[in-house]
Amino acid sequence: MKLGKYILGAITAASFAGGAYAQTEIQWWHAMGGANGERIDRMAAEFNAMQSDYVVVPSYKGNYTETMTAAIAAFRAGEQPAIVQVFEVGTATMMAAEGAVYPISDVMADSGTAFDQSVYLPAVVSYYQTPEGELLSMPFNSSTPVLWYNKDAFAAAGIESPPSTWDEVNMAAQKLLDSGMECGYSFGWQSWVMIENYSAWHDLPMGTQENGYAGLDARFTFNNDAVVNRLQSIADSQEAGIFKYGGRRGDSLSMFTSGECGMWMNSSAYYGAMVDQADFEFGQAMLPLDTDVADAPQNSIIGGATLWVLRGKDEGTYKGVADFMNYISSPEVQAWWHQETGYVPITTAAGELSAEQGFYESNPGTDTAIKQLSLNTPTVNSRGLRFGNYVQVRDVINEELEALWAGDKTAREAMDTAVERGNALLAKFERANN
Amino acid sequence: MLPFMLVAPQIAVTLVFFMWPAAQALYQSFLIQDAFGFKTEFVWFENFQILWADPYYTASFKRTALFSIAVAGLAMSSALVLAAMVDRIIKGVMAYQTMLIWPYAVAPVIAGALWVFMFDPTLGIFAYALNTIGYDWNYKLNGDQAMALVVISATWKQIAYNFLFFVAAIHSIPKSLIEAAAIDGAGPMRRFWTIIFPLITPTTFFLLVVNIVYAFFDTFGIIHAITQGGPAKATEILVYKVYNDGFIGLDLGGSAAQSVILMAIVIVITVIQFRYIERKVEY
Repeated sequence: MKLGKYILGAITAASFAGGAYAQTEIQWWHAMGGANGERIDRMAAEFNAMQSDYVVVPSYKGNYTETMTAAIAAFRAGEQPAIVQVFEVGTATMMAAEGAVYPISDVMADSGTAFDQSVYLPAVVSYYQTPEGELLSMPFNSSTPVLWYNKDAFAAAGIESPPSTWDEVNMAAQKLLDSGMECGYSFGWQSWVMIENYSAWHDLPMGTQENGYAGLDARFTFNNDAVVNRLQSIADSQEAGIFKYGGRRGDSLSMFTSGECGMWMNSSAYYGAMVDQADFEFGQAMLPLDTDVADAPQNSIIGGATLWVLRGKDEGTYKGVADFMNYISSPEVQAWWHQETGYVPITTAAGELSAEQGFYESNPGTDTAIKQLSLNTPTVNSRGLRFGNYVQVRDVINEELEALWAGDKTAREAMDTAVERGNALLAKFERANN
Repeated sequence: MLPFMLVAPQIAVTLVFFMWPAAQALYQSFLIQDAFGFKTEFVWFENFQILWADPYYTASFKRTALFSIAVAGLAMSSALVLAAMVDRIIKGVMAYQTMLIWPYAVAPVIAGALWVFMFDPTLGIFAYALNTIGYDWNYKLNGDQAMALVVISATWKQIAYNFLFFVAAIHSIPKSLIEAAAIDGAGPMRRFWTIIFPLITPTTFFLLVVNIVYAFFDTFGIIHAITQGGPAKATEILVYKVYNDGFIGLDLGGSAAQSVILMAIVIVITVIQFRYIERKVEY
C-alpha cells in the first residue's frame, strides 16, 4: 500500500511539474489492474524521474476489451491516448485501422531512435509483424500457456515427474484421483490454450491464408481430426473426474490453488497469483504433446498484450513515445517485470539477465514459458494468428466448448459449428474492412 | 409563448438524452462500419436481415421473454406475499420492513458479486451445501442452473422495490372496508382476494410495467457479474447481446440494429399495457 501511495504521489507531482515546465504529456491507457497496475505506475514514475522532457501518465481503463473499446471510442472523438495496450486478439482490428495506428518501426525511424528488432524473441515479435517484417506494436506483456502442477499432490500420489504427453497427463490425473483428489486437471482461456496453442504446438493450421497473415479472406479449419479427437477424449474423461471445467478466462484458478485439481493449463503469467494464493509447492512444465498428432512439439504462441501507438499527436510526443518504448524494453526493466509477474521477457537480453541474477536457479520452472516459445523457429502455423473479429470468435469457441463439456454436443458437432459461426464473423470483418 | 417556455426544459432534455441517441442508433443500424469508423457502407436493412437469419438472435428473444416473465412474476408475487404478511404482524414491523427494503440499496453488480460468492462451484458456501446433499451444482457449465441463478438474483434485487409499493398500496386501503368484511365473517384469505387484491390493481399494473422494463434492461449488471451471458449463451438476454456485439465485438451496425429492435419492443409492450391491461384496472 505504501508503495502505491508513493507512486501516486510521484505521478501527481510529475503531472503538476508537467504544467509548470511545459513537459510533453504522454497518455498511456492500459488494462492492468491490481498489483500489475502498481508495477506499471512504477515503470512510468521511474521513466519520468529519469528525464525531464516528457511525462508518461498511465491510466487504467478496465480489462483488455474495455481498454480497447475505450481507445477506439476516444479515437473517433479525437481524444485518443498516444499509447494504448491492446491484447493479442485485437491485433487484426488494430492492423486494419491503418489511419489510426502508427507502426512502432515507423515511430522509431521517424524520431531517429535506434531500434533493432532482432533483440526481441522471435515468437513474440512474429505475432505483431506485417508479412514484410515491419513491427506494428511494441510487445509488452507476453505470456504463453504452461502446465502448472501441484508438487505436493504429485508426491502424495507417487508421480515422479510432470507429464509431457497427453497419455501421461491422463495417467497422472488418474493417480491423483486414486490418491483422493477430486479432479485431475482443468484449464482456462480454453480457446487460447486448447485450440490456438494446441494447433501451434503440433504445427497445425487454425485457418487458411497462413492463419490470416496473408489476407482478409482467411477462413477457419480448426475442425480437423486432431483437435476434434483430443477434445472428445477430454470431454469423455469428465465422467471419471480426470478433467473438470471451471469457467472461462482464469476462473478455474481457484480449483488449482484450493487443491481441488492437481494440474492446470493456463498462462505462465499466473505466477504472481500462484505465489500469493497457493499454500503448496507448485511447478511449471511444458504443455503436453499429443503423440498421435506429432512426434515433437513445435513452439507455443503468446498471449497477452502489446502497446500500440495511435496517430494524431505532434512530433515531439512521438519522440517521447520512442524514448519510453526503449526504456521499457531495456533488459533491466524487462527482467524485473518478468520476474515479478511471470510474463516472458520480450528480449533475449532480459532472459539472460534474469539467468545471471540467478532467478531461474532459485525458482525452477520459471523459464518454461521462454523455452516453449523458443523451442523452434516459428512456422506459419506457430507464429501467431491474425483473424478479424477474433474477440467474438473466441466467444463462439467458448460457447461451443461449453456445449461440449455439458454433453449437449459432440466434439465434431461443436467444432463444425464453431468454424461455421467463426467464418461468418470473418466474412463480416472482411466486408467491413474492404 | 409562456406555456412553450415552461415545457422547453423538459423538451430539451428529451431531445438531447432520448431523441438524439435514438436517432443516432437508428442511423448507425443502417451502416456496416469498421471499428474506427474509416470505412462506412450504407446498407439499408441488411443488419436487420442478418439478425433475423441468425438463430442465436431469435433464441435470445425467447430467452429474454422467459427471463422477464420469470423475474417479473417471481419478484411481484413474493413481494405481494411479504407485503400482505407485514400487514398482519404486530411487533417489529419497522425492523421487518427495513430488512426487506435493504437489498434495493445494493448496486446490481455488487448484488451479482454476492451471489457469485455464495454459489461459485469451487468456493461458494451454497454450492458446497448442494454438493454435500448430492446435487451436482456447476452453473459455469449447466445453462439451466445459470439461468436459475440469474433469475433468483435479479428477483431478490427487485423484491424490495415491489414490497415498498405493495405495502403503501395496502396501507392506503380504508381499514373500515377490511373490518366490515371481517365482521361479516370473511377469513384473512377471503379478505385478501376479494378486497385487498382488487383494490391494489393500479399498483400491481404499475409494477408490472416497471418490472418488465427492469428485467429487460436493469438486470445487465447482475448478468455481467455472474455469468457474462454464459455458459454457451444460456443467459444472454437481448440487452446483454447488444453489449456483447457492440462493445466487445465492435460490430456497431449489428449492435445498433439490435438496440433499435429493443427500443421497438419496449414501445410495443408499454402501448399494449396501457391500452389493454389498464382498462381492466379499477382506480
